[in-house]
Amino acid sequence: MSLLNVKDLSIQYGESTVVDKVSFVVRRGESIGLVGESGSGKTQTALGLLGLLPRDARLTGSIRFKGSEIANRSDRELDRIRGRRISMVFQDPMQALNPYLRIGEQLRQVLLQHGLASGVKADQKVVAMLKRVGLQDPERQFRAYPFQLSGGMRQRVMIASALIAEPDLLIADEPTTALDVTVQAQILDLLETLRHDTALLLITHDLGIVAGRCERLLVFEAGKLVETGATTAVFASPQHEHTKTLLALAPRIDRGDILPPVTDKTLLGVEGASVSYRDAHHAELVAVRDVNLSLRESETLAIVGESGSGKSSLVRALLGLIPLKAGRVVFAGRPLEGAVETRAKSLRRDLQLVFQDPAGALNPQMRVQSLVGESLLVHEPALSTPERVQRVTASLATVGLDESFLSRFPHQLSGGQAQRVAIARALILEPKILICDEAVAALDGSVREQVLKVLREVQVNTGMSIIFISHDLAVVRSISHRVAVMYLGRMVEVAETRRLFSAPRHPYTRALLDASPVPDPLVAPQSAPLFGEVPSLIRPPSGCVFHPRCSYSDARCKDKRPELRELDGGRVACHHASETLLKQA
Amino acid sequence: MLRYALLRLLGAIPTLLLVIVLAFLMVHAAPGGPFDDARSPHPEVLAAIEATYHLDEPVVQQLGRYLGGLLRGDLGPSFRYPDYSVSELIGIGFPASLKLGVLAMSLAILVGVSAGTFAALRQGSMTDRVVMSFSMTGISIPVFVVAPVLVLLFAVKLHWLPAGWSGSAGVAKYIVPVVTLALPQIAYIARLTRASMIEVLSRDFIRTARAQGLGTRAIIRIHALKPAMLPVLSYMGPAIAAILTGSVVVEQVFGIPGLGASFVNGALNRDYTLVLGIVIFYAALIIALNLVVDLLYGVIDPQVRQR
Repeated sequence: MSLLNVKDLSIQYGESTVVDKVSFVVRRGESIGLVGESGSGKTQTALGLLGLLPRDARLTGSIRFKGSEIANRSDRELDRIRGRRISMVFQDPMQALNPYLRIGEQLRQVLLQHGLASGVKADQKVVAMLKRVGLQDPERQFRAYPFQLSGGMRQRVMIASALIAEPDLLIADEPTTALDVTVQAQILDLLETLRHDTALLLITHDLGIVAGRCERLLVFEAGKLVETGATTAVFASPQHEHTKTLLALAPRIDRGDILPPVTDKTLLGVEGASVSYRDAHHAELVAVRDVNLSLRESETLAIVGESGSGKSSLVRALLGLIPLKAGRVVFAGRPLEGAVETRAKSLRRDLQLVFQDPAGALNPQMRVQSLVGESLLVHEPALSTPERVQRVTASLATVGLDESFLSRFPHQLSGGQAQRVAIARALILEPKILICDEAVAALDGSVREQVLKVLREVQVNTGMSIIFISHDLAVVRSISHRVAVMYLGRMVEVAETRRLFSAPRHPYTRALLDASPVPDPLVAPQSAPLFGEVPSLIRPPSGCVFHPRCSYSDARCKDKRPELRELDGGRVACHHASETLLKQA
Repeated sequence: MLRYALLRLLGAIPTLLLVIVLAFLMVHAAPGGPFDDARSPHPEVLAAIEATYHLDEPVVQQLGRYLGGLLRGDLGPSFRYPDYSVSELIGIGFPASLKLGVLAMSLAILVGVSAGTFAALRQGSMTDRVVMSFSMTGISIPVFVVAPVLVLLFAVKLHWLPAGWSGSAGVAKYIVPVVTLALPQIAYIARLTRASMIEVLSRDFIRTARAQGLGTRAIIRIHALKPAMLPVLSYMGPAIAAILTGSVVVEQVFGIPGLGASFVNGALNRDYTLVLGIVIFYAALIIALNLVVDLLYGVIDPQVRQR
């Protein structure tokens, strides 16, 4: 008998249908991947299964769980199933855990609610569960609040709360999307080892995650279930067009074209740059420490790293948005210094920035024409209005948007269109350097490809240089000429893209590559390559900042900070750089 | 947290000092003296009285003398009741006012929070609309209108409750004054609670709690109530001030021998030291209670506690 049998499930909001006649089964103990782009109805389906949809949603069809119908049942009836028989892990553990309640209490309530334990016994069970999900010193963490834990630890707590009642089915909705890639691998491993007989419905946009971990796949497109089958079969011979597209667009770290390095004419040089902040307690927090870097003409340089690596702080300092604490920046032979307001206009227009979230970066009360043309008012005040409109139209054309967009407001744009408007706004000043801070991170596959294509084309046509900040190595591989890897404010490795991906010399680079999921069931998923998480910037480790998480680490690493030195045509900061290749082979 | 509390306490001193000086100067600027009367005493007698109370000194010197007295906890003598000091008069009036204020505040929080939560859970329903229109009415009608209407209805027409204070015993005499005083606060707190409860109930962690099978009661009690109380808590400062000023009217209307009544009498009798003493006492009380409210934030929000 199947555990869950969904038949003709539809979900509507007014006239719009977000889930359209979806039918599937989940058998006992199996793991199923539910994949699709944003807006395809994945999360709506999951919420529908548990009766957690907002009040204005209308759900039709049948959901049979262990033989009994649970669609459209009252909260009172469903509360016996929720958290006990079917539980759920959400995307962002910061939002999904109650910030005002100790984590032990949040777990204990699940036991109390379902009558599984009470009093001291419940406390003991909670502590045991926290220990199982890998929290150190669980007795103490029992009394911690969510904000006192790191992102990865919070998600472990979330998983603990979902599994403490030993449910039959666990629904995990993008459980690792908000986490760093090395932590993502740990969380996926944890889900797999802890679930035992619990069936898993893993919702994700990332085919790399389901490839090695789920037995079957459900592929969603625009509210419809378009393909279902064994994971290996779906990957080997996708039947539906949408599945084929998804697979073709999934970026891979192990194949695809790599751009060769460009000329070595330096456009921008960073020497010994440091950036620091003060936290709420006025403690100094060094976000970037002693970084040397050069950007060449017509080159795309990727800066990769996890949260706290300092990649965003570094470029903000280049732009003059935050001050450099030490070091200097040379741009086209001239020093680039001071806050952005004090810089010469010509210098300001030469460096332009594109942010991650286009919706947040575009003023909702301005039309595209004004958004894109605004900076011309400052930099080229002599232009007449028709001339300006012409320039805006031309700039929009380079990102593939026609004149019909001129009068639109941001809310009338899709995510990809909005990001292209943001790029057009940056390009209209014909900058020498375009800085993209996670500019494609929020975009789905097809849209992401469009945006990347625009960037490549503009670079070929104008010879502009790009600094491309990203946490996604697969995307970085496809767009950049060279890659710089940062960890905890330090530059740990810089190399041509081909060399970095084929023969990483820093153990951290290696770990990042190993942790990046490959959308191919034939490539066995690597178990988490690193323990723990990125340490706090307030008290960075001594010597090599990476040593507490590194398998090569010895006494020297603890005491002495490795300098960035030439190796293999790149530069690497590791005492063991000469050994790393041997061990991999 | 302790450091934070001490810092706040120190920060309150200049505020209080400013209030004292302003109040002192304003009372002095008021036309007429305490002993100006239809039956004006002989100029020599008046001079003697003024000398006794140091009223013949320059204002600055009087202020300095007054501040010196304050440091020793001495609010000076009453001009009208020479047998009593202002501190003694406050000691006599305050218990009744305190009882009234605490009861009104408790009633306002209890009813306001319950009604607001109830309305939030049934957002858009008939119940919600009834609670909200009742609140709007409660906020709009001033105390001096509500008080006589309630007396007229429950005491004069229905004879359920006593009309006045003196002569009637027990709890019954508290009901109408407390309700009168609490009514606008009930209304305001209900609206605040409803809005913040609706916001909190839409947060992701509430969805998590629902997915864990916690029923509505448990969700409200364990997960939602604390964070939903934050805006209500920040309203407590203004609410306390409103209850204090409201009590001045209510005590007068119902003839309750409290501090509010003393204040009004003091003003009418030109008993300036009494008026000044009560103003300073109330100011100190409001500042202290606001400090308590700030510290309560730490109890609710663990991130505030860390500071």
